Amino acid sequence: MDLNKKFTPETWPDHPERATLEAKNKFVGFWLFLGGETILFATLFATYIALKNSGPSGFGFSTQELYELPLVFVMTMLLLTSSLTSVFAMYHLRNYNFKKMQLWLAITAFLGLGFLMLEVYEFTHYVKLGFTYNNSAFSSAFYTLVGTHGFHVAVGLVWITLLIFRNAKRGLNLYNATKYYTFSLYWHFIDVVWVFIFTVVYLMGVIG
Amino acid sequence: MSSVAQKKGFGATLWDWLTTVDHKKIGILYFLGGGFFFVVGGIEAMLIRWQLHKPNNDFVSAGLFNDLITMHGTTMIFLAAMPILFGFMNAIVPLQIGARDVAFPFINSLGFWMFFFGGLFLNLSWFFQQVPDAGWTSYASLSIASEGHGVDFYAIGLQIAGGGTLMAGINFLVTIINMRAPGMTYMRMPLFTWTTFVASAMILFAFPPLTVGLFFLTFDRMFGGNFFDHTMGGNTIIWEHIFWIFGHPEVYILILPAFGIFSEIFSTFSRKRLFGYPSMVFATVLIGFLGFMVWAHHMFTVGLGPTANAIFAVATMAIAVPTGVKIFNWLLTMWGGSIRVTTPMLYALGFIPSFVMGGVTGVMQGAAPLDYQLHDSYFIVAHFHYVIVGGVVLGILAATHYWWPKMFGTLLDEALGKVTFWFFFIGFHMTFLIQHWLGFWGMPRRVWTFMDGQGWNSANLISTIGAFLMAIGVIVLVYNVIITSVKNVKVANDPWGDGRTLEWAIESPPIYYNFPATPLVRGLDTVWIEKMEGNETGLTPAEPIKDIHMPNGSIIPILMSFGLFIAGFGAMFRTEESWGLPVLIFGLLWTFVAMAARSLQDDTGYYVKKDEILRDLKRKGGQK
Repeated sequence: MDLNKKFTPETWPDHPERATLEAKNKFVGFWLFLGGETILFATLFATYIALKNSGPSGFGFSTQELYELPLVFVMTMLLLTSSLTSVFAMYHLRNYNFKKMQLWLAITAFLGLGFLMLEVYEFTHYVKLGFTYNNSAFSSAFYTLVGTHGFHVAVGLVWITLLIFRNAKRGLNLYNATKYYTFSLYWHFIDVVWVFIFTVVYLMGVIG
Repeated sequence: MSSVAQKKGFGATLWDWLTTVDHKKIGILYFLGGGFFFVVGGIEAMLIRWQLHKPNNDFVSAGLFNDLITMHGTTMIFLAAMPILFGFMNAIVPLQIGARDVAFPFINSLGFWMFFFGGLFLNLSWFFQQVPDAGWTSYASLSIASEGHGVDFYAIGLQIAGGGTLMAGINFLVTIINMRAPGMTYMRMPLFTWTTFVASAMILFAFPPLTVGLFFLTFDRMFGGNFFDHTMGGNTIIWEHIFWIFGHPEVYILILPAFGIFSEIFSTFSRKRLFGYPSMVFATVLIGFLGFMVWAHHMFTVGLGPTANAIFAVATMAIAVPTGVKIFNWLLTMWGGSIRVTTPMLYALGFIPSFVMGGVTGVMQGAAPLDYQLHDSYFIVAHFHYVIVGGVVLGILAATHYWWPKMFGTLLDEALGKVTFWFFFIGFHMTFLIQHWLGFWGMPRRVWTFMDGQGWNSANLISTIGAFLMAIGVIVLVYNVIITSVKNVKVANDPWGDGRTLEWAIESPPIYYNFPATPLVRGLDTVWIEKMEGNETGLTPAEPIKDIHMPNGSIIPILMSFGLFIAGFGAMFRTEESWGLPVLIFGLLWTFVAMAARSLQDDTGYYVKKDEILRDLKRKGGQK
């Protein structure tokens, strides 16, 4: 593949993310990887549901008392919006508009960073209340499920930051288009997992 | 890069193997790595059998016995059977579908090195004298209570190796989906490719639960988590569920490729198209699907209740149906065929009765009420060795003889091959058949020793003698490998003379780009079709000869895996040694830097020029 091949919006293929065999392989492989990730999170969810509210005798925490929906609502909004901005970025990827794509991806990263900082705040807040990782089976399951999601967000942030800076000077080609595209797939996946966390952990925790 | 044969120094050869991304070389690496661990696991088995050959034996201590059974099971499943099968998948599947490499050559290499370092990590526990001792299933209450770092070696070692397996699974899926040659429709794929495909899909969905389970175990043991500790509200049954949601599909991940191997062998040496090919494919997919629905049959005695037990009992028995379909198709493939009993065929013939016996005892245990009687007895040990040794290991040995010329360019000695078979086959039945009765007579599994006067003495002695016969068989095989490698008589494309699939239409071993021109696939068993129509080469090219795109080798996979290996030690000794935490951070940082290096460089491969391909063809003697 020739990295230096120059495109115009007219010659840029409709699906740059899977225009070559290597790109097609990455595209399919990444979808399959997300299938495996789904099972990984399903296992974490199942464990969380099984261990919810359960601790040593005289355990003082429950989902109703612990969770604060307003904070979680803000986090949800940040992450959902970041998914939308990544869609804008992919729109510009298809249109061969590199600068706008980078801009929208940078906005995506900032929203993701905001989410992550709120999550760190949330966790420190719980720890201050005495709800530490070692405190109970409930806390272990909670931190592992939500923390694994948070870890995925952090990985996504490092990934997109590297992509943005690595390609800043040289623009789009058929080699890095797949990388940008798989990042957006990843980001949507993280978003969908969060929708489930919001529902199963927080909403069902406060209401159920 | 030139393909002209040159004498290379030792250093250059070593560097070539450490950095290779060629699926054929990685296949050989998997095969050798798995073979090494197979011998290690085999020695452990011999020690176990020697300990049990007479009552009140004190050859090994009770603690060491637990170490041995745990490491024997873990090593054989994760570090021997799977990698050897991966070796064949790597070496053969791209050839069978007419591809030049797998979809992700770099990740292929990474997967191998992660398996290798994970396996090394696990086995280094012997040198630290803190060996996993909670059984290969590592049930939580036992594994949480296990002292020392034994179970940590298990959890971290398998975590690293399991990551490699997951990568290999995704790689094969994408390879088979995207890289089939023109005309190679799904329903024209050789059955070994099909079973690899289904087994890879099962890896994709079975290994993430293992990953999570091992993390829970690691967190509980090393970071104060409480998943399995009931005094803190945890639940030890969660481990059993997670482990078997992984563990049951795992046995089908092992047996399906073996089914594929036997399908190829039956068809080749009966000189007939595989009987009922579409039903074979359907049965493979169905087994893959049902394999995820039966995990709780390992837990009948846990007390999940009659409803759950009944559902899982029925699902378990249902798997016998597609398996039976396969057995009859193999028999009918031979029916009316022109059969040649070569060594691989001998293994295939031995496989059918052996595996059927293992299958039947499986259905017996599927009946939940009977399972209450059989649970944790030697009957179970007999059953799973009948399916794993009688199915998977016979498959591996058959494939070793069958594909040896394609992987190494020379045939294994047929006479010695048959000697191996008879020692192994008789030894296998002698070892494990009697264990069914030992189970009925009340001998529990995983016991260190037994007392005199319970009627178990002679049965155990017979079992031990059988195990040593199997060991003799393996030693003969190793001898066979050594003498044929020394003689190194080169063979032609199709040394068996009856090859049906694409790998037999190219030289043994194939040149690094496999096919000078991508072949056109004209039907199931395309090479056979071509030969029947008088095309000596067995191939119709689908394109003119042109430049071929090939991936670059890389040292990064081994570096990445090594970083994880270092980090594993850091994590383990984090609390008691001051160097623990820095080493953990250093290892992870090392891996991260290697990943970044991979990510930041543009590795787009290179081209083999048309002139060079034509030169290679001329050198081989004018193959068109």
